[in-house]
Amino acid sequence: MKNFLAVKNNQVSNINEIPLLDFSSLHEKIIEKCKKSKIRPICFFGLGKASSVRLFVALADDKNSEILVSSSILNRSTTYPSLTPKVPAFHIFERDFHEEFGIKFEGHPWLKPVSYRKNRFDSNSKIENYPFFEMTGEELHEVAVGPIHAGIIEPGHFRFVCSGETVYHLEIQLGYQHRNLEKLFLDNKKIAPHLAESIAGDTVIGHTLAYLNAVESLTGTEISRRAQIIRIIALELERIAMHLADLSAIANDIAYLMGSAVFGTTRTTVINTLLSICGNRFGRGLLRPGGVIFDVDETLIKKIKTNLAKVSVITDRMAGVMFTCSTVTSRLDKTGTVSKEDAIKIGAVGISARASGVNIDSRINHPFGAYAEMKLKNKYNKTGDVSARTHIRYVEIGQSINIINRLLPELEKDSCSESIFCEIKNNLNPESFVISIVEGWRGEIVHTMLTDEAGQIIKHKIKDPSFNNWYMLALAMRNNGISDFPLCNKSFNLSYCGNDL
Amino acid sequence: MTIILNLILILALPLLFIGVINKTKAFWSGRKGPSIFQPFYDFVRLFKKGMVISKTTSFVFLIFPGITFGTTFFASLLIPFALHSSVLNIEGAFIIFAYTMSLGKFFSIIGAMDTGSSFEGMGASREASFSTIVEPAFFIIMGSIIALTDIYNFDGFAMIISKAGSVGYLIVILGAITLFMIILIEGCRVPIDDPNTHLELTMIHEVMILDNSGPDLALLSYSSGMKMVAFASLIANLLIPTEIPLRISLLLFVGIIMAIAMAVGTTESAIARLRMSRVFDFIFFTSSLSLIILSFVAIGLYG
Repeated sequence: MKNFLAVKNNQVSNINEIPLLDFSSLHEKIIEKCKKSKIRPICFFGLGKASSVRLFVALADDKNSEILVSSSILNRSTTYPSLTPKVPAFHIFERDFHEEFGIKFEGHPWLKPVSYRKNRFDSNSKIENYPFFEMTGEELHEVAVGPIHAGIIEPGHFRFVCSGETVYHLEIQLGYQHRNLEKLFLDNKKIAPHLAESIAGDTVIGHTLAYLNAVESLTGTEISRRAQIIRIIALELERIAMHLADLSAIANDIAYLMGSAVFGTTRTTVINTLLSICGNRFGRGLLRPGGVIFDVDETLIKKIKTNLAKVSVITDRMAGVMFTCSTVTSRLDKTGTVSKEDAIKIGAVGISARASGVNIDSRINHPFGAYAEMKLKNKYNKTGDVSARTHIRYVEIGQSINIINRLLPELEKDSCSESIFCEIKNNLNPESFVISIVEGWRGEIVHTMLTDEAGQIIKHKIKDPSFNNWYMLALAMRNNGISDFPLCNKSFNLSYCGNDL
Repeated sequence: MTIILNLILILALPLLFIGVINKTKAFWSGRKGPSIFQPFYDFVRLFKKGMVISKTTSFVFLIFPGITFGTTFFASLLIPFALHSSVLNIEGAFIIFAYTMSLGKFFSIIGAMDTGSSFEGMGASREASFSTIVEPAFFIIMGSIIALTDIYNFDGFAMIISKAGSVGYLIVILGAITLFMIILIEGCRVPIDDPNTHLELTMIHEVMILDNSGPDLALLSYSSGMKMVAFASLIANLLIPTEIPLRISLLLFVGIIMAIAMAVGTTESAIARLRMSRVFDFIFFTSSLSLIILSFVAIGLYG
């Protein structure tokens, strides 16, 4: 019997096809698989019954563009060996699973709550009593920051253990943004696309696209080529806008006024382009099941082209000045370094992983729609410091502009003039399973859906890239000055609500 | 007459100085920016507000803004504005100047510690360590000028060129540069500190006044401006030529102070802030410059 079912991104399979192993052999097989490079967990969730939980695990095989799915039945009252000591990337997944079902994983180094979800197993565990790590010593001091911060950012608590200005350890405690989204999705099917747009306010297109890909695969709906292209243009515009916003914020954090001002205004050009496509600067209301509801006509194509040309010139010039300014490089270089080994170990994804030299990008490894034939080249840096994370953003802006410029001419052709929207007629496939991966600007977004016999969604699992990457920030801070924390934090720019859901 | 003029300048210039810095920064980032009189409006607005005082604080927290303001004001009285006599003309004024400023700093440090906040503790520790190493630079400059002119207060600035000849010009230029760097350090401006981003973990001066509000906050930002103007006045005194009528020297004086404000604003726009561990290098550099001044003085005297 096969241990794993291999599927592609957005490929629907029957739940009964997913192998059901007992936990000890699943444990063994997962460790065996993950020993190979380029195989990492992307999804780990359970479907709860009265006395048992069916655990679903999905591993991404980036080399072969496959997703390996397997499952096991776990008894609620039993303790199971943890995967984390052998494959550290599982640490956050196991914590999340433990929080929901209360099943203990023996050997997990810190089985602490992740998001204080509403349906957590142990409702007595309260956010006020989070079990922080403690370190004792005469010369050590603790600094507690948050959950309310100076500035307009989301709530989250950071606890530093420092010796003078040097940080030994940073513990990040989140959960203040929990909205019980997974349940909201199940209860409010009619407004599901709107909910998807609100999973993380800065990744509207990314999350909505991942959600729609999953729903459209489950209903077997074919999206017209034109709609697919407009979707990808919107996704790339979002990427450009957010990368520019981050460059501006990083420049602002190091008090580099010029960079902050120039990148900030350039971002406005990009989000205004999205505004002229769909009437919303963040792309809300553009994507709906069945396609897109705003077309890109010839005048808009021209506008996008001129705007992007402008953005490209300004970004190149400003980046040229900024990355050669000695005070800027002295501030960014060798700050908050995460090594490639560490990044792979903890299962980092997205730009932060690429900045550390991990060569993953789901637009290339697990492409969908128009990405499949684009033959993108992966861009990555090696140093893993703030400088690398800043620079990779600049490089990706160029790459995204290039992608849009390659796609736009196709919209002008007559062969690509189909309708941009088709009503979804079919019901969801019963007893099916689909994993949808989209590379949002921050990294890999994974939406997993399961349906029951009646074709109703019974599980909608969302994984934002922040979920993997928060721990990377903690690693980056080790042995750095505490005054570098805001800069390191900005260089990752992770989502609090994407983690808490 | 000059005393009243001096007092007006001492009281009005600090807020104008901050206004000009902000306007310059707005100009360089392509914004229109607030009016240069905005700090005046802010000052009045803050004075109309009430104060929130943490329950964990003691009387130290209540008195330190007043002491900081008082000491800075007193120190400013010692400086001759536009090379004409200062309000208080005391022998050895520079030592009184340095240590009155330090007294104010001492109180703002213990005032910050008094809140018991870990952020303010970090800010206080940074302020204390940076102040310690910036002190030698100031004293070496002042000592050099006294060695040259034999005048034990700030009036000696006028005699540099007549005493040292052509080397005097080098002393004046280097002195102006060193004092400019001291303004950036004492005023907690970029590249030492960033007064704009309110990131509690990275700030020095701003983090020490996190708990202050209303009139206290107004006094503290006013004294921070006053401190910068005091050091800027020293530069102006170095640069203004002697033997010119009061009217012109006054214009020159205000002009130089405003030019220094613009220079501070331009510095903030052009470069990024230094990493905290690199701040020491910057401050040691001022000490090195002041030692060079000392060697020029030796040349001027015996060369």
